[in-house]
Amino acid sequence: MRAYIVASRRESSIMLEIRNLHATVDGREILNGIDLIVRPGEVHAIMGPNGSGKSTLANVIAGREGYLVTEGAIHFDGKNLLDMAPETRACEGLFLAFQYPVEIPGVANLYFLKAAVNAVRKYRGEPPVDAMDFWDLVHERMELVKMDESMLKRSVNEGFSGGEKKRNEVFQMAVLQPRFAVLDETDSGLDIDALKVVADGVNALRSPERGFLVITHYQRLLDYIVPDHVHVLFNGRIVRSGGKELALELEEQGYALYNEEPGRARRAAA
Amino acid sequence: MTDSTQTLERLATSDYKYGFVTDIEQDTVPPGLDEAVIRLISAKKQEPDWLLEWRLVAFRHWLTQQEPQWAHVHYPKIDYQALSYYSAPKKKTDGPKSLDEIDPELRRTYEKLGIPLAEQAILAGVAVDAVFDSVSVATSYKGKLAELGIVFCSFSEAVREHPELVRQYLGSVVPYRDNYFATLNSAVFSDGSFVYIPPGVRCPMELSTYFRINASNTGQFERTLIIAAEGASVSYLEGCTAPQRDENQLHAAVVELIALDNATIKYSTVQNWYPGDAEGKGGIYNFVTKRGLCKGRDSKISWTQVETGSAITWKYPSCILRGENSVGEFYSVALTRDYQQADTGTKMIHIGKNTRSTIVSKGISAGHGQNAYRGLVKILPTAENARNHSQCDSLLMGDQCGAHTFPYIDVQNPSAQVEHEASTSKISEDQLFYCQQRGISMEDAVSLIVNGFCKEVFKELPMEFAVEAQKLIELKLEGSVG
Repeated sequence: MRAYIVASRRESSIMLEIRNLHATVDGREILNGIDLIVRPGEVHAIMGPNGSGKSTLANVIAGREGYLVTEGAIHFDGKNLLDMAPETRACEGLFLAFQYPVEIPGVANLYFLKAAVNAVRKYRGEPPVDAMDFWDLVHERMELVKMDESMLKRSVNEGFSGGEKKRNEVFQMAVLQPRFAVLDETDSGLDIDALKVVADGVNALRSPERGFLVITHYQRLLDYIVPDHVHVLFNGRIVRSGGKELALELEEQGYALYNEEPGRARRAAA
Repeated sequence: MTDSTQTLERLATSDYKYGFVTDIEQDTVPPGLDEAVIRLISAKKQEPDWLLEWRLVAFRHWLTQQEPQWAHVHYPKIDYQALSYYSAPKKKTDGPKSLDEIDPELRRTYEKLGIPLAEQAILAGVAVDAVFDSVSVATSYKGKLAELGIVFCSFSEAVREHPELVRQYLGSVVPYRDNYFATLNSAVFSDGSFVYIPPGVRCPMELSTYFRINASNTGQFERTLIIAAEGASVSYLEGCTAPQRDENQLHAAVVELIALDNATIKYSTVQNWYPGDAEGKGGIYNFVTKRGLCKGRDSKISWTQVETGSAITWKYPSCILRGENSVGEFYSVALTRDYQQADTGTKMIHIGKNTRSTIVSKGISAGHGQNAYRGLVKILPTAENARNHSQCDSLLMGDQCGAHTFPYIDVQNPSAQVEHEASTSKISEDQLFYCQQRGISMEDAVSLIVNGFCKEVFKELPMEFAVEAQKLIELKLEGSVG
């Protein structure tokens, strides 16, 4: 009974709150006032054409250098996210599955992951993870994304295929168990089998306590990761929000519809 | 903390309860260098005539030599007449009275490296009797080695106890006329280590200068000679990851290795001498000549070095591959930061048939550090089917530092295969952000990436040393980013 009360209170609470977010990259305004609220347990999909600001949004949330917030706020569990260093955001439970995961030569995947787990534990005031417990967790999670054990010993992302890199991102997420995950075009460059594996991994992690922001160009991924809400991002602003059916509509009509109005505006200005 | 460490700590902090202090006169020769000084050094060490003669010949040759200018390093001219060329091993009264008197920065470094208290005291030159424990450990090792016929002692002791071996091999790999610094060393060398592994014996433990504590403090003009007889093998560790208290600015050591048929010598160094301050003042000039001779068939000599200290490092641990099928290896990590300069590399001289060599060099430059790899691969006409593979990677941190590669390849036999790969990279913002996004702080991310870069070399180090080397690199890079 008590568990139920806790769960229901969490459901009503706000996990991520983005208010009137404006951001520039190299002096160019990319985000033009984004508002978004994600509650625990929800999966939100952000869709939009190339250059609409999808990846910028992911990078601003994660705190990447070079992305300047000029206006607005982001709160994570009521805390001001923009005040935190990227590693602090991660330790608070924020995870970004990268669109282009980088290679770190000479650093074994397993070693890297352990360093990450221990960094988070240290932040929480917990002792370093027990070696055996960690090994068990890693093996359990590896199955989730059907990852081969040899990938643990290989250097982080070095020589990984596109599919292996994305799988590795979801694997890291499964081990780190963040409370909120942003998936930045995790589907790009994946064939249908790899896409299913990645989606299965994400679905296995869905829980009433965890929130997701799934960024994608195509509707295809959302056949497998079914979102609660879909938002259309265009010219740095959310122009439309709806349920999962919005994704299907976009698939049929494309983004051209949203292109007309600003196109006319540009012509008029000229 | 282990019991023994606690015991040592009690001993160390118990106000000389077990101590006895005797004032010993400092046994130092006044500055300056001439034949009289060399005769004095030799006499003080009660050396045989042949060794004195050898020193004098070297000295006379040194007077005709010029200091080398070709290295990619810059330093003010050294006044060799202003140096003192003999100082007896410093006695315990000489150093600080307790660890509390040591520079707090140095202590912090020791603690970060996880160096046991007893060892800290030795390194810092503290006059505590707790070190006696370690000395007794060293002695018990010595007994075990003696049973196998292994000789492991100071160079002076070897001259007294095994003159025939010393006379046969001294200068056989690095002749007294080899180069300016080696010649100077030949004339004035103070002490060093001597190792002889008899035929067929595999030395059962890593031999380390650390276990020769009683003969330490011989730093400035050290001379090391290691001989592995037929079928013998040995792994030798030099140095320590902790910064050692040292007041000599010029170090000109010579190391000679000789491997006979089927013998293997592995020589590992971690060098962390005083690099000077952040403005580039002070610091050790480390001008070392290290060379190994693969004299016999199927012999192997492997050098592994981690160079993080010294204001200037000038060293090229080399292999002369004379025996058929002999193998030479060189694995190096050199880190320079602040105003440190390093010009280091190797020479692989292929003489015998089917000789093989491998070179892996990793240079890391941060701050205003300058790092040069200089290597020679020489295949002589006799070296049928010789093989070499060289890989030189440089990692730059910041935009004030430099990395330079000077590979020299001289092939005189058409059957040779020589490969050279080189790369220069920077730690990318993307790599750092990736780590940070996983919760790893910027500094930890840097050491993670750098350790990954050095991995190929670290894995060649004996296990415990590898862990220490990794910690040392982390410590050295502290504050070098952001």
